[in-house]
Amino acid sequence: MIRHALQAGTRALCRRRFSDTHSREVVEDVLERTESARITKQASLYVHWPYCLRRCSYCNFNKYIPREDNEHMMTECLQRETETLLQLSQVSCITSVFFGGGTPSLADPSTIAAVLETVSKRACLSDTAEVTLEVNPTPVGKSKLEDFFRAGVNRLSIGVQSLQDKDLEILGRDHSPQQALQTVAEARRLCPGRVSVDVMFGRPEQSVESWENELSELLRVCDDHVSLYQLTLERGTQLFKQVLQGEVTLPTEEVTAEMYQCARRTLHQHGFLQYEVSNFARQNAVSHHNRSYWKGTQYIGVGPGAHGRFVPVGEGGVLREARTQTLEPDIWMREVQQKGHATRRRIQLSHLELLEEVLVMGMRMTDGINNKHWELFSPHLGLHEVFGTSSDVKELLQRGQLILDDRGLRCSWEGLALLDSMLPALLVELERHVNQRLQEDDHAKGQTKRNSDLQ
Amino acid sequence: MSLSLVRRCCDTPLLRRVLQFKEYRRKIQSCNMTYTLLRHRWMKGLPVFSSRMLSTKTDKDTIDLSKFPVERIRNFCIIAHIDHGKSTLADRLLEMTGAIAKTDKNKQVLDKLQVERERGITVKAQTASLIYSHEGEQYLLNLIDTPGHVDFSYEVSRSISACQGVLLIVDANQGIQAQTVANFYLAFEAQMAIIPVINKIDLKNADPERVESQIEKVFDIPTEECIRISAKLGTNIEQVLQAVVERIPPPVASIDEPFKALVFDSNFDHYRGVVANIALFGGRVKKGDRIVSAYLGKTYEVNELGLLRPAEHPTQKLFAGQVGYIISGMKDVKEAQIGDTLYLQEHPVEALPGFKPAKAMVFAGMYPMDQSEYPALRSAIDRLTLNDSSVTVQRDSSMALGAGWRLGFLGLLHMEVFNQRLEQEYNASVIVTAPTVPYKAVFSSPKLIKEHGSEEITVVNPSHFPDRSVVSEYLEPMVLGTILTPDTYTGKIMTLALNRRGIQKNMVYIDDQRVMMKYLFPLNEIVVDFYDLLKSMSSGYASFDYENAGYQAADLIKMNILLNGEPVEELITIVHRERAYNMGKAMCERLKDSIPRQMFEVAIQAAIGSKVIARETIKAFRKNVLAKCYGGDITRKMKLLKRQAEGKKRMRRIGNVEVPKDAFINVLKRKEK
Repeated sequence: MIRHALQAGTRALCRRRFSDTHSREVVEDVLERTESARITKQASLYVHWPYCLRRCSYCNFNKYIPREDNEHMMTECLQRETETLLQLSQVSCITSVFFGGGTPSLADPSTIAAVLETVSKRACLSDTAEVTLEVNPTPVGKSKLEDFFRAGVNRLSIGVQSLQDKDLEILGRDHSPQQALQTVAEARRLCPGRVSVDVMFGRPEQSVESWENELSELLRVCDDHVSLYQLTLERGTQLFKQVLQGEVTLPTEEVTAEMYQCARRTLHQHGFLQYEVSNFARQNAVSHHNRSYWKGTQYIGVGPGAHGRFVPVGEGGVLREARTQTLEPDIWMREVQQKGHATRRRIQLSHLELLEEVLVMGMRMTDGINNKHWELFSPHLGLHEVFGTSSDVKELLQRGQLILDDRGLRCSWEGLALLDSMLPALLVELERHVNQRLQEDDHAKGQTKRNSDLQ
Repeated sequence: MSLSLVRRCCDTPLLRRVLQFKEYRRKIQSCNMTYTLLRHRWMKGLPVFSSRMLSTKTDKDTIDLSKFPVERIRNFCIIAHIDHGKSTLADRLLEMTGAIAKTDKNKQVLDKLQVERERGITVKAQTASLIYSHEGEQYLLNLIDTPGHVDFSYEVSRSISACQGVLLIVDANQGIQAQTVANFYLAFEAQMAIIPVINKIDLKNADPERVESQIEKVFDIPTEECIRISAKLGTNIEQVLQAVVERIPPPVASIDEPFKALVFDSNFDHYRGVVANIALFGGRVKKGDRIVSAYLGKTYEVNELGLLRPAEHPTQKLFAGQVGYIISGMKDVKEAQIGDTLYLQEHPVEALPGFKPAKAMVFAGMYPMDQSEYPALRSAIDRLTLNDSSVTVQRDSSMALGAGWRLGFLGLLHMEVFNQRLEQEYNASVIVTAPTVPYKAVFSSPKLIKEHGSEEITVVNPSHFPDRSVVSEYLEPMVLGTILTPDTYTGKIMTLALNRRGIQKNMVYIDDQRVMMKYLFPLNEIVVDFYDLLKSMSSGYASFDYENAGYQAADLIKMNILLNGEPVEELITIVHRERAYNMGKAMCERLKDSIPRQMFEVAIQAAIGSKVIARETIKAFRKNVLAKCYGGDITRKMKLLKRQAEGKKRMRRIGNVEVPKDAFINVLKRKEK
């Protein structure tokens, strides 16, 4: 059955490739129509640039301070791995590319160009496909923006984080508020309407009032997209140590909750619609790349420590896999040179696990999961069947934290802030129904078998 | 029969030693009667020993037991406060008499259980037969190693029924302790010969003169009867053995009577079935004899018998007055009823009076950590109770903790040791709830009395506590506590006792620095943490012991814990009115710490009837979503959520509040330090 669907998908996609009028709306429309087939024929691509000039005190991402200039080799390896994984996934279309890190704006624009070229060679990459680059707002970063733009980047995500000198220092950032504002301006000049700024709240010693002021200041200069992140204290970071030793105090849960709600209100007043827990856009400037994560589509991760979720159709796979690349850049490069890729870990996701990810990610969006979206992954077990009867869910609905209606399942405005408290209950229901359905199917199969035995 | 704390042990949370004296004494009285009765009977057919028995030819290392007529047999036990050196002395006695090889490794040879070695206590009585030459004659000395704590009084009374004398050991440095006093009276009331032994005279701070005068003052034993020894160094051990022969009378039993033996202990061996420890009160028994259990009327064939030295040492026969083991094809421990009488099939005898079962005074719920472990835990409890019939077992179930049991123990140490044995020997992890005591309620109306079949009922489970309106009075168990302490701590200890509703009965200086105080306490007040507090406020120097002192009327009330107005059945507590507020507040606080924040506010209340006496509030979550971009890595987040989803399945819902099992455990469990 799956193979059948795949064939249908291929046909549909071919049509799209030729008939695409390069308008975003049309792409969306076709995406909906091609339905489940696109699940395995399309993917987004994440490329990880592992190097940073310095370590931010709060960051536990996979990043390294480069010891030597090995960019040439790095570029080759990124290309090589992209090639290998595209082939393995057999996707025909890459819907978006995201260069993250580390500090990808440290990379040479030619590297970005080379990777994009490789993608285009192996799969369809539309001219309008979103290609985002994370940028550190330093003078050097700013000066390279134009070259990145020429290399094919059409969306810039600027890591402003804060507009306070002192905070940037505590966070260990290597830029000043002034430099950040200049970088944002330059980015807007190059990619008007496609610039995002990252800001962080819940920073050491931050108050609700100072956060409000800072946000207003930011709103005066920013483009149409804002990502709002809460500083999370990660084990093993410099900041973690400082907090543990009492050198630094973080705002209490009560205060960060207030900051979050206050930011949501302020952004809304300025015309920014929240479309996900952390993301706000006006003029429909949503990030397609990130949205595809939340929609549960496939993604391929390239580069040290990158994560991917795709079906390795190229080697006959039918189940989606959770894949992780080797963490350490030097080892990653060696492995790519030897085997063409450096996938360190691959775990097949069961049908239930896939649905769990679809649920957890989908509920982060303000639109939640609509029936069609769910049906794509769960054609035989609808949202209402899964969640309609549970008393836990009913309670959430009654309290107005969750909404289950004709459109589908989503959080209310209040509920979104409490999503992590609701998910366990939803996961319990999902597991129960999927397992129950499996048992019924097994039972039915047993029946059929017995009947055929009798004949 | 004694117990106290070594300072080393004080650090462990487990040492809440509480003793039960009255129970003990009552039992002893019954034993005593038994004893006199037996003696009387034995005297009837008094000693006509044919000194030369017909003995079959034996291997050269086999002991010919016929060489030991009753007059050259001594049965004795050693009693001491914990760590006063009982087991070390036993080791020395075993070495001196060649029962075990003399090496440095002989440490607590008789303490076989892991829990015994770890805690330096004896839980399960062991027996060792020693052969000792005295003035050219060989004597058979049977050392019956008794548990050091009155919690194990059931074991003790069984052992004592086979003894005629005791070695009462007192530490030359610490002097008389609370359990020394208990032990003394126990032996005294059983009319046993008492040999005071002052141990550890090698210690730098040893003061044997002082201890001797304490013994004289408290026990009225002349100082010159004390034997000063160092069990560690082996000093004066010979004197102890001599005293055993000279001061302890031989058992009264006749070889010419028909075979009659008391089963005073039993063990279960997977391969050989029941190994019964017996004391021969008359006649003889040999391999191949057909014997009958008076209790069941079943007949068995003796497969193996012998001495315990302390390892099993098979012999051909056992004779009157001797103590040994017997294996006779009993496959089920229930067949070897402790207190049962064995006799020869062809010579039926009147059964010995046996033992009165001990009464459980401390109750606690035991539940498997995970319900899937229920069957395994059940079989572990079954097997443990086979060797410890003093534990009462009742099936119980709790909405929060699932199916489990309510077990009754003789005391707290008994409970802890049972729990530890479950964990160590059967690898079972259990949740043990805070101990409760049995209350009584006296009904007010004839109708209710008729309904219940008696005027008074005993309430073990708080949810069965009858309402005030149908009751004329409630009764709570009382104990008479003995505290021995250096006088510098008396002030603090008196305050503690007062806070625990204790009433001072008397106070005596046993020497110029040490005080002995007697208090009447409600058992409930000392059952949880009293001993720990006493120990910590006296830097480990005070010792405590108690005996049961019947029931007294008390102003008891039932306290409910409410979560958002819903009562939680498993947290119902019976409490004295004066203590309700403190108790309720403590429970609310503990719950607050262990119930996670929810999406709405949670009120935790302690209430008596409709009156709320304490309250804690758990504020609602305002925000609980991770505002973060995962960069495609959602594995960690998924794992965390899945774990929470799994945890959710195990939560108990009370009203709309989800309570993790841990919260119940934290509130119900005995507090660990």
